[in-house]
Amino acid sequence: MSAVHNEGVSTSPVELEEPEVDEVTKLASPWVTIVWNDPVNLMSYVTFVFQKYFGYPKRKAHKLMLEVHEDGRSVVSTGSREEMERDVQAMHEYGLWATMQKADDK
Amino acid sequence: MSGFSRHRRSGAAVATFTVFEADLLRSLAAQLIELLRNESATATQDSDPLERLMDFTGPTSAPDDPVLARLFPTAYPEDEEAAGDFRRFTESTLRDGKAGAAASVIDTLEEAGLPSEPEDGVFIDVELDEEAAMLWMRSFTDMRLAIATRLGVEEGDEEYWYSLPDDDPRAQVHDVYDWLAFLQETLVHAVH
Repeated sequence: MSAVHNEGVSTSPVELEEPEVDEVTKLASPWVTIVWNDPVNLMSYVTFVFQKYFGYPKRKAHKLMLEVHEDGRSVVSTGSREEMERDVQAMHEYGLWATMQKADDK
Repeated sequence: MSGFSRHRRSGAAVATFTVFEADLLRSLAAQLIELLRNESATATQDSDPLERLMDFTGPTSAPDDPVLARLFPTAYPEDEEAAGDFRRFTESTLRDGKAGAAASVIDTLEEAGLPSEPEDGVFIDVELDEEAAMLWMRSFTDMRLAIATRLGVEEGDEEYWYSLPDDDPRAQVHDVYDWLAFLQETLVHAVH
């Protein structure tokens, strides 16, 4: 995700294809799960939960955890409304503060 | 005080507690269970009376108790109706899961030899496989969320808590909170 952002500055052909990809992603994945920062949960635990539940590799889990910590929130998963309700419930089970919304509301 | 470590051969997360530490954990887990059962997961008061009587599925509004409100956050902050539906279908399950995790902490401690009345000089060795470790981690999280909400813990306020006099009960509770963080941290590393 950040790779696309970084390349957005240049005028490479990659940029021209972006709207198309966006449209496909939006249709297939109209909802997102957001995890919010809280003063309690440990960074190690939050990273662990992202690896364990979502099956993310350690680097991605760590990056998402840092986003939560530094930006106050992070989109941790994208999918159908039903899928996101499952993810939010799982995050609440782990004690993380999670909400969901339509992808284009963010 | 020692935290969890990974047992080299079995891969289990192991820890040794003094009987007083184990007793404190049991007491925190028991308080959590009581809280989860206390404010029962019932339907909201502002719905139609008949509808309320016929609704056995779960609550639709956020719990009054701030600890419970933190344990069961509102999933749709911008959509009250969707938030109510989500709560109705998930909160009872989540409550049972959290109470079950806390109960398994108590069971493990007692199976490891924690007596009902702690006596000096006794040590409790616990050994958690991955499944048990996950239950303990989730329960440590719930205990820490509960204590933090009661104390009013905020981001980066450590200096404030350390500046309180030792005999301030809030300082003592915060020490327990820190101890749970230490246990949680070592458990995550032991499992990871």
